[in-house]
Amino acid sequence: MSVLVWIGVAVLGGVGALGRFALDGAVSARFGRDFPLGTLAVNVSGAFLLGVLFGAALHDDAYLLAGTAVLGSYTTFSTWMLETQRLGEDGETRGLALNIALSIAVGLAAAELGRLLGGLL
Amino acid sequence: MSDRRELGAIFLGGMVGALVRAGLVEAVGDGVPAWPWVTFGVNVVGAFLLGYFVTRLQERLPLSTYKRPLLGTGFCGALTTFSTMQVELLKMVDVGRIWLAVGYVAASLLAGYAGIQLSSAMVRRLRLRS
Repeated sequence: MSVLVWIGVAVLGGVGALGRFALDGAVSARFGRDFPLGTLAVNVSGAFLLGVLFGAALHDDAYLLAGTAVLGSYTTFSTWMLETQRLGEDGETRGLALNIALSIAVGLAAAELGRLLGGLL
Repeated sequence: MSDRRELGAIFLGGMVGALVRAGLVEAVGDGVPAWPWVTFGVNVVGAFLLGYFVTRLQERLPLSTYKRPLLGTGFCGALTTFSTMQVELLKMVDVGRIWLAVGYVAASLLAGYAGIQLSSAMVRRLRLRS
């Protein structure tokens, strides 16, 4: 693995994190922060895009850079869990359950849809 | 509009988080369609750390403009991943390992949630003592 690829992983990982910050901010500004829709939008769109790369059978360095680096960093498990746990702490049991169920169900559907579309590429 | 240094902190944290995660995948492989140790590991550890950082920064330390973007949004956000987990689940289902997929989701959720609960409680207990 060349040094150049690792520099690419780092830079694209940073770009992915900025993309998440930007979309989360835009969605939260529009819909508020009562329910963590921003993270949901990021994670579902990222799962869709990674599904496209998987369906298009991207491999090796291309997958490492576009998939693992960009989309891996763009989507987040930790923020999703933190927001879920905070909903629980605030007694928002319905919000907690909804945040888990929606993320998994819509995330999986998005990844599968992405894969189908990626297979057509 | 966010200031440049905040964006720089997110970018820097994201670089490090992505390098650690991608480095682990390259070093030990993703494991799929068997148990995805790397994704599971970074997700659980990253959730624990995010609970620690956010609770400490919000409830204990004086307000800092750059620590949360650097450590939370940047590092923990990029170290952990949701998209990879979804594609790993598809790969498990493809080979008929439905129960492995169910177990992977359940274990990730339980360990991630418990990790945040634990690290948040740790920070709060330390604060009460001091």
